[in-house]
Amino acid sequence: MPDDSVTATLDLDALYRDSHVGEALETLDRELVGLEPVKTRVREIAALLLVERLRRTVGLEAGVPSLHMSFTGNPGTGKTTVALRMAALLHSLGYVRKGHLVAVTRDDLVGQYIGHTAPKTREMLKKAMGGVLFIDEAYYLYRPENERDYGQEAIEILLQVMENQRDDLVVILAGYGDRMERFFQSNPGMSSRIAHHIDFPDYSDDELFAIATKMLERLQYRLSDAAADALRAYIALRRTQPHFANARSIRNALDRARLRQAKRLFEGRAAALSRDALMTIEADEILASRVFADATMPAVPGAARS
Amino acid sequence: MKLTQGTFSFLPDLSDAQIRAQIEYCLGNGWAVSVEYTDDPHPRNTYWEMFGMPMFDLGDAAGVMAEIRECRGAFPSHYIKVNAFDATRGRESLRLSFIVNRPRNEPGFALVREEGAGRRLRYTTRAYAADEPEGARYRG
Repeated sequence: MPDDSVTATLDLDALYRDSHVGEALETLDRELVGLEPVKTRVREIAALLLVERLRRTVGLEAGVPSLHMSFTGNPGTGKTTVALRMAALLHSLGYVRKGHLVAVTRDDLVGQYIGHTAPKTREMLKKAMGGVLFIDEAYYLYRPENERDYGQEAIEILLQVMENQRDDLVVILAGYGDRMERFFQSNPGMSSRIAHHIDFPDYSDDELFAIATKMLERLQYRLSDAAADALRAYIALRRTQPHFANARSIRNALDRARLRQAKRLFEGRAAALSRDALMTIEADEILASRVFADATMPAVPGAARS
Repeated sequence: MKLTQGTFSFLPDLSDAQIRAQIEYCLGNGWAVSVEYTDDPHPRNTYWEMFGMPMFDLGDAAGVMAEIRECRGAFPSHYIKVNAFDATRGRESLRLSFIVNRPRNEPGFALVREEGAGRRLRYTTRAYAADEPEGARYRG
């Protein structure tokens, strides 16, 4: 028996290196900005799975941990992105066999007439087996205002599979915080079967700027210095306005900046273009945003209004 | 008499692990897998009853295994087979079909001789089990 403990300490490091978990965690760290609570939880899950695997090799009891999760957070905080990474991570940890992600919403699970829901839900569950089933805006499954709603049936089948075929698939529910809270309150069975409730915090201005830089890098664009300042101002302003969706708002803003950049280049097409000019987004392209127009307006007549 | 229809039927019955491995192979080739059952073992009975819809776009054999388990629960003493359909253009046919469940007792087939005009004999086979009405066969 003392031999076991010696080999075990040696094994954990080897297992860690062999499983490529370190790489997966590093890419998660490098490519996702912020999200500290999420990353901590992912690291904990990875550690647990590695230890469980080691326990099994030395003949200790290793119950398969339940890894169903719920991701709550405001729009654009990276729930879907993390779910996608999670599928790959769980695959490299050997928890799921294939590591694909099947993303569904209410429409894919709930049928339109009696007897339609069960086969539909089962079909999606079967497709997700060996991987991760990601249910976006899960609270739409449950419609308390209509007691004959077929969503309840889908939830029951889901619960049954989540309980009985835990080693075949991982279910991740995602949605906005307050509505998910209400969803879990009215479905206590669902809440108790989910071991990991992960809350995605909003991004700070600096984090959003870092995200924007990463997005542009991936698209092979870059900001001029003035444009970088403009973008910082844009982020601070955009946050105060309605329908702010964190990283998604930033992505949309960048897409529109690219449109304007293309237009500027097109209108000046007589001049020769350098590779650099094709890549650079200027301050004007960001300052032309409606956000700045809306923001300056209330600053002056807003005072008159109040 | 052990019914020998489909692939692997001259081998001992496949274990669940072997069935799973075969299904993984099918899914790896992009074939759609379905489960069918019958209690009429006649070799010309090609169209068995479908148990649920054929399963498209599966990533893992677990879904099919669950379906087989369910079918075995509903029809413990029927013949159950797994089909793999290749939808590739120009192919569009079954690539693999094997039995995954069979009744405990298989009485086999009788040879039937039918006298025709001028001492002509026509031969055919008939499953002993088929003497019973559908659904009441293979009870023992």
